[in-house]
Amino acid sequence: MPTLVKRLLAALVIVLLLIVMNQFMSKEGLFGIGVPSYFARLIVLAGINIILAVSLNLITGVTGQFSIGHAGFMAVGAYSSAYLTVYYAGGWEHSLATLVGASFAHVLIFLLAILVGSIVAALAGLIVGIPSLRLRGDYLAIVTLGFAEIIRIVILNIDKVGGATGFTVPGYANFLWVYAFAIITIVVVYNIVHSDIGRALVSIREDELAAEAMGINTTRYKVLAFVISSALAGMAGVLAAHYLSFLSTNDFQFIRSFEIIIMIVLGGMGSLTGAVLGAIIITFLPELLRTLGPKLESLLGLIIGANNIPASVHNFLNQLANYRLVIFAALLILIMLTRPQGILGTREFSLSWLKRAQRRPEGDKPVGESGVSIAEQGPPSAIDRTKEMENR
Amino acid sequence: MDTFVQQLINGLTIGAIYALIALGYTMVYGILRLINFAHGDIYMVGAFVGYFLAFQLGFAAGPSLLGLTVVLIGSMIAAALVGMAIERFAYRPIRKYPRMTTLITAIGVSLLIENLFVAKLGAAPRAFPQLLREQSYTLFGNAAISKSQILIFAVSVLLMVLLQWVIFKTKVGTAMRAVSFNLNSAKLMGINTDFIISFTFALGSALAAAAGVLTAQYNPQIDPLMGIITGLKAFVAAVLGGIGNIPGAVLGGLLIGLAETFVVGYGQNVGVPTTFRDAVAFAILILVLLFRPTGLLGSTVQEKV
Repeated sequence: MPTLVKRLLAALVIVLLLIVMNQFMSKEGLFGIGVPSYFARLIVLAGINIILAVSLNLITGVTGQFSIGHAGFMAVGAYSSAYLTVYYAGGWEHSLATLVGASFAHVLIFLLAILVGSIVAALAGLIVGIPSLRLRGDYLAIVTLGFAEIIRIVILNIDKVGGATGFTVPGYANFLWVYAFAIITIVVVYNIVHSDIGRALVSIREDELAAEAMGINTTRYKVLAFVISSALAGMAGVLAAHYLSFLSTNDFQFIRSFEIIIMIVLGGMGSLTGAVLGAIIITFLPELLRTLGPKLESLLGLIIGANNIPASVHNFLNQLANYRLVIFAALLILIMLTRPQGILGTREFSLSWLKRAQRRPEGDKPVGESGVSIAEQGPPSAIDRTKEMENR
Repeated sequence: MDTFVQQLINGLTIGAIYALIALGYTMVYGILRLINFAHGDIYMVGAFVGYFLAFQLGFAAGPSLLGLTVVLIGSMIAAALVGMAIERFAYRPIRKYPRMTTLITAIGVSLLIENLFVAKLGAAPRAFPQLLREQSYTLFGNAAISKSQILIFAVSVLLMVLLQWVIFKTKVGTAMRAVSFNLNSAKLMGINTDFIISFTFALGSALAAAAGVLTAQYNPQIDPLMGIITGLKAFVAAVLGGIGNIPGAVLGGLLIGLAETFVVGYGQNVGVPTTFRDAVAFAILILVLLFRPTGLLGSTVQEKV
């Protein structure tokens, strides 16, 4: 079978799978089996976080340019698309519906909103990226943080998009939309990383001076990666806006950018699957901690009898939910202390790991498409090179 | 003219607070190349220690100079201990790790302190007891300066002079400068670098705590999240002045404080809403960094292959 047909077939299977899964994401579900709305919501939020983490990974993990402004670009995408859907989409959808039918018109309008959000975010990325990518390391981080805060405060002062009171947006997005675009994001970033552009980006991360000496136009590639990353963040913003149906600039503070950085560092910088893993963990962990106390108590109750639990233990376990963010922060520090390269390091999770475990080969590497990441040969601590350089 | 002088006084007041916090950022960065994101929270911890000290020791009942001194020094000592503990348990084990790891750890410590205080004390703001009999003095016609503003100027100038003396006239200060110049060479010269780093954290944290108590006198409302935005602006001030540079931190702090107050005071005349007060610090920072990437007083580091 030709590759193109193969790929189209794979895409079709994925889309069908997503459509089926989408049916389960409601209370009624399919055949009476449905995911509770609380979990369905978390799953969708995890999808949005996957887009954010994978896109930030392109500029921070792969290219080694430290950005703390991702939430800003997300906000740009969210608000620009919401402006479109709130003020114009109704009329356009109506006139389109007479041409192509109501449901298809709806899909087209939302696709347009996603496109607009991504393009505006890409433009914002270009405007921020060109001047600031001349800076390095911590300075770049601070400037991106500054730009993101400025973006947020500017949006806060536009009354047309709600200002401080928030902005109500039609709820177009659902599980299917979010995960379809999460998969598109992963495919796009994977292809970029494994192309000649990706090689150039990795070389910039490993040693910018050497890359420049080899004839790579480092500024051009850095801006390119930054713009793509911003566009994808904008896309996540569009999906988040139209899933949550409500926008508040408070959701785009720098703490949100930190959250995305934490995802990619936790998963392993430069690892695509690591970013996905990190996004999932960071979405679910605080929520799991919320129910940890009662669960531990019922477990304890099974062992020593529900009535034998001392009152102090009972109180402690019930208080645990209040401390969930404390536990979360402590876990984060603990992981950094014990496994600073993140869960996967720069490696990619792949099925060939399982094959390798079965075959137990001596010395030879498994022949997997994605078994060996291009970054594997390089030292994992590329970022502290800058420090070395400063110490000299 | 009167309002201008008034804005100047108010701006310098806030600026002095930012400068005190910025000093901690700049000293730690100068030595470890680490953005200590938890530093803003130390400022909050300082204010809260002052709050509890004032109540526990009975100084909250009425204004007294003794109470103010005890609360100020007590919170500085407590914050110094907290700063040293953070360095010892969170930053020392990862000192050799990549930049990103130390940064995430710093963010983790910051989140830990904030959430611990929110969980323990609640997020609602508390009223800080008045330790200084508030009184205003008029100068230049209508402009007024309050006692708490004078206190902020006096204490911050005193602390900055003291810091300058420690850094340039004492043995520890010489060692600090040596470590910030090159940590490994300093170690080879027999300097106990671990102690010096710990000492730097103590010094910076004490200054931040002083800023916390002083702010609480000027604007008596404290809450567990007060350190986030103030800390961030103080950090911006440090970068603006040239991070690692001590006079730079003070200059940056004062500039940010003034810019902020002027945006609130005069911004509306030129079409800038007062809500931009938080953005102006970043706008100045970006402009300065684009033209002088090492900050106003920072020295350029030549990159070598």
